[in-house]
Amino acid sequence: MAAGAVLILHAQNLRPAAPYSVVTSEGRTPIAAVVSGDQDLLRLDDLAAVFQLSVREDRTGNALTVSRASSTIVLSLDQGLASIAGRLVSLPSPPVRDGVRWVVPPEFVARALALILDKRVEVRRPSRLIVVGDVRVPRVTVRQEPAGSATRVTFDVSPRANYSVAQDGRRLLVRFDADALDASPATGAGTGLVESITSSEPATVVLQLAAGFGSFRSATVPIDAASSRIVVDLMPSGAPSPPPSPVQLPPVPAPPPSDPSPTFAQPAGPAIRTVVIDPGHGGDEQGARGANGALEKDITLDVSRRLKATIEGRLGIRVILTRDDDRLVPLDERAAIANNNKADVFVSLHANASPSREAKGAEVFYLSLDGYGEEARKMAENPDVKRLPVVGVGSRDIELILWELAQARHLAESGVLAGLVEEELRRRIEMSPRSIQQAPFRVLVGANMPAVLVEMAFISNPDQESQLVSDGFKTRVVQALYDAIVRYRARIESPPGR
Amino acid sequence: MASRRQFVIVTVLVAVAIAVGWWAIVDYLARPAATQPASAAAPAAQPVGNTGRRIKAALFYVAEDGSHLTSVERDVAFADGAGEQAKRLIEAQLVPPPPPLLSAIPGGTSLRGLYVTDGGEAYVDFGGALRSAHPGGSLNEIYTVYTIVSVLTVNLPAITSVQILIDGHEVDTLAGHVDLRRPLPRAAQWLELPRPASPSESAPPPETPAAVRR
Repeated sequence: MAAGAVLILHAQNLRPAAPYSVVTSEGRTPIAAVVSGDQDLLRLDDLAAVFQLSVREDRTGNALTVSRASSTIVLSLDQGLASIAGRLVSLPSPPVRDGVRWVVPPEFVARALALILDKRVEVRRPSRLIVVGDVRVPRVTVRQEPAGSATRVTFDVSPRANYSVAQDGRRLLVRFDADALDASPATGAGTGLVESITSSEPATVVLQLAAGFGSFRSATVPIDAASSRIVVDLMPSGAPSPPPSPVQLPPVPAPPPSDPSPTFAQPAGPAIRTVVIDPGHGGDEQGARGANGALEKDITLDVSRRLKATIEGRLGIRVILTRDDDRLVPLDERAAIANNNKADVFVSLHANASPSREAKGAEVFYLSLDGYGEEARKMAENPDVKRLPVVGVGSRDIELILWELAQARHLAESGVLAGLVEEELRRRIEMSPRSIQQAPFRVLVGANMPAVLVEMAFISNPDQESQLVSDGFKTRVVQALYDAIVRYRARIESPPGR
Repeated sequence: MASRRQFVIVTVLVAVAIAVGWWAIVDYLARPAATQPASAAAPAAQPVGNTGRRIKAALFYVAEDGSHLTSVERDVAFADGAGEQAKRLIEAQLVPPPPPLLSAIPGGTSLRGLYVTDGGEAYVDFGGALRSAHPGGSLNEIYTVYTIVSVLTVNLPAITSVQILIDGHEVDTLAGHVDLRRPLPRAAQWLELPRPASPSESAPPPETPAAVRR
């Protein structure tokens, strides 16, 4: 009865929302969505149609069973929990009844459905895309600016994609060789010679041209090995305008000696297939703030996005961000994202702060078991002896054991990874006297893979705050972290003595 | 004549003794913050004088260069029992220090309650300002937490670990980093000057992380 009351309350707060799209190699399929508070909810029967699922409500009314072939997901209706073959995952909310239909949070797709699909599934909330399988969905950021009498439109594309620019009457079509676009902004008003910007499927950005448009020219500039920038200049008709100034870009670091040629083949043995990058803080939790107003949450997100683009583009391995926009993700959920996606490496990015304005330099942390008790210490000493117990829906105790002890099994490897990260950072940026440390950090303890937390610099130090917001510093940090992951991957795939 | 000489000698000796005593007191009061690790400077709080109303205790502040927590010896009100004495220590620690000392505890933080179990675990309940006014940052948060852990575990051997509560409730973290869901033991690493590390020795040996070696 109480659960029913809760569900009715939820249903009353539902509002229509823009649909999500499932992008597969066969095309795009819309998924109807509603919103409750800040939480998007997807229509379960739409998902069922796309993924060939059958949905059944338990007789007890306490759970939904979602089946696909021989696999089953049990969704609790009382709390945000799902059980998949005895593995428990958390969700931000339970399913909610919307009239005669059930709606579920998008995390259901990423954390639960992905486990039974046996395919890569990525939910991109800002662009409302659910990317399934090996499809090409580059992120495209569009900017417009006046350039003398001309108008310059810039497209930052990551990972790189082939493209063409063609005029079609009053429209300029920028077509990308991709299955879909993760475009930001997807549509909007224009500037100068651009009347408006829209997009069309599958992967075209359409510039509606304003009166006075004469001609265009385009050029590509590499940002790094993973990303490229396309610059389209629109010139007015009539008198020729002077050419706009050349595109200015930060210097692109040369690939490190350890960087092998990009490869997309997966080795047969132990390998790094998935990296989870955790941009610290977000939403209302700003993290530390610099004297000149820089926010830790913005810096961590920017660097994380750059790192993701670099790793994906150069190594061809899957990279997942625990957040890809300005929102608060609970610490447990960050580790859960890594665990549920079977990540091989977890890197949490932060900017440091100290009561002393003199404190400076980067620091690398991995977990300290101080305070976690003897059980955790035993697991760290004998990582292969114990298996983590798992149960179905309803046992919080078991879930606590899982979270509490998960990182203990990986402590030695986390120490190795921290050492590599520290070495690569030291080659490029200033390090703190405490460059490598152990601490009982909440976000690390639940990660079931080697995990480190990187403090890039002290935002409380005015000089370092300036560095943290500069492109050059961010590029050096990204390069260092990328090189550390390359070295760690080499170690995993060819361990010493093999 | 002899007695007059003796009187002069005694007077001079008394005057010298008073001057030396006065200089010692002034020197003590004006002494800057001690920089030795607390574990060496104050193994346990000691009552001062015969009255038993004050003890000498180590309080903890952030070193000027921000590299570690440094201990400063101060007189703190004496109380009967570990629980009451722990309250006096926390209250003393919450008082904003004079420059150049830096406190890692946000201004406005209040102590709501403190309990010590038979097992040596102290539960310290603070007002919400400890979290809401915290400026964030990993090291900042580490210093806040271990200021509180250290002032109790260093001064009171009966306390071996400390759990921080906010407004009577267990919390995950103060600012998104240090796990506060269980009592934390003292961590000497934050009370010591960082050891200069060469690149080759900065990373621990692969198979023996520090937490496991113990």
